[in-house]
Amino acid sequence: MSFFGITRATLAKDVRLEWRSKDAINAMLFFSLLVVVIFSFSFDPTAEESRRIAGGLVWVAFLFAAIVALNQTWARELRNQVLDAYRVSPAPANALFLAKALGNFIFVTVLEALMTPLFIVFYKLRALGPTWELLPIAALGTWALVVNGTFFAAISLRTRSREIMLPLLLFPISIPALLGMVNATTAILTGEGSARFWIALLVAYDVVFTSACLLLFETVLEAE
Amino acid sequence: MKRGFSILAIVTALLLSFALYEALIAAPTERTMGDVQRIFYYHVPSAWTAFLLFLINFVASVVFLIRRDTKADILALVTAEVGVVFCTVVLVTGPIWARPVWGIWWTWDLRLTLTLVLWLIYVSYLVLRRFSTSSQTPVLASVLAIFGALDVPLVYFSIWFFRTQHPSPVIGGGGSLDPRMAHVLLINWAAFLCLAWLVCWTRFRLEVLEREVEEAQALESLLEGSR
Repeated sequence: MSFFGITRATLAKDVRLEWRSKDAINAMLFFSLLVVVIFSFSFDPTAEESRRIAGGLVWVAFLFAAIVALNQTWARELRNQVLDAYRVSPAPANALFLAKALGNFIFVTVLEALMTPLFIVFYKLRALGPTWELLPIAALGTWALVVNGTFFAAISLRTRSREIMLPLLLFPISIPALLGMVNATTAILTGEGSARFWIALLVAYDVVFTSACLLLFETVLEAE
Repeated sequence: MKRGFSILAIVTALLLSFALYEALIAAPTERTMGDVQRIFYYHVPSAWTAFLLFLINFVASVVFLIRRDTKADILALVTAEVGVVFCTVVLVTGPIWARPVWGIWWTWDLRLTLTLVLWLIYVSYLVLRRFSTSSQTPVLASVLAIFGALDVPLVYFSIWFFRTQHPSPVIGGGGSLDPRMAHVLLINWAAFLCLAWLVCWTRFRLEVLEREVEEAQALESLLEGSR
């Protein structure tokens, strides 16, 4: 089986599992719905204010919700020693990593697509800048979160209280990415300044950490 | 080895007392800021020491990943721990100085944010080491250290985009510093480096001993079980 054949097979398996169980997506949806409602309720912002704060709120909600999907990425493979089977199989480790990262990317993107309309309704959002630029920002930002998230989920697999460990490892490293996403989104919503610099920063972050993950994943997978 | 350690301890004690005298009494008082400026002699050397220790941690982590040498792993652990302590000193002394001079405790300025993010990354590194149950903790930790190092330039550029408020670097940043003050600063840095070295050395020996004890205990229980 070729590299991408393995990636495709693992990805299809994960998507099918999620499609049938809907474990992660339901928890993520409900969690981010709660965040939207609670923040909207406690701030009750005007249209002008919400343009300033929505960028931060949206991404914090997605970040916390994404942890749910990321945490179950590898935990699912611990049952019946599936991860050990992966280790002894001749399949390249990076094919597995890419499949897991792409799977998480799909789950979080679906979440974002479903939640964005709700954000627009609750926060009376109307972008003053070029709206189409939000698409590359969302794609780059989501990838930035899930690529490192998938990697650190593999690291935190072998720790006590691993569900708490993942955010502790992921958040400090993700600070530049978060800054990029939030500032780019705010720049577009308020129409003040350009989002170009932040998009370039997100591209750099994605390139650097995707390469780092692919270089080091085998080491982490073999470390048992 | 033992004698070297005692000599280093004495040199550190002497240097630290001399540096304390120089910083608090001998150094000239700054014209606009007054005595509050003297915190500079602790703030800046701590920052340099912390960054140096984090750099050593990164190098040791890379060496460990390549050679799987236990000594490199212990060095990485020790420098991260001591580095976090010095970084904490920086983060505490900074606001104490900033409040009377800038009128605010904290601002999201380039160097402040970078130091805080570094502190967060290395705390998470130590948390990982503490919570990991696998025998492969050193591998996972050194991978995390490399990720942290990769993050630094990205954090730098992301905050560089904002206007920066921190006084520009005194050495090599076009700032002018009274030669007397620079002298005191360097003495303090030398004292802090000696102190960091001393603490790292002690911690290194302790860690080696701890691992030996652990190994001996594991061996002992193994023998008990087989009897």
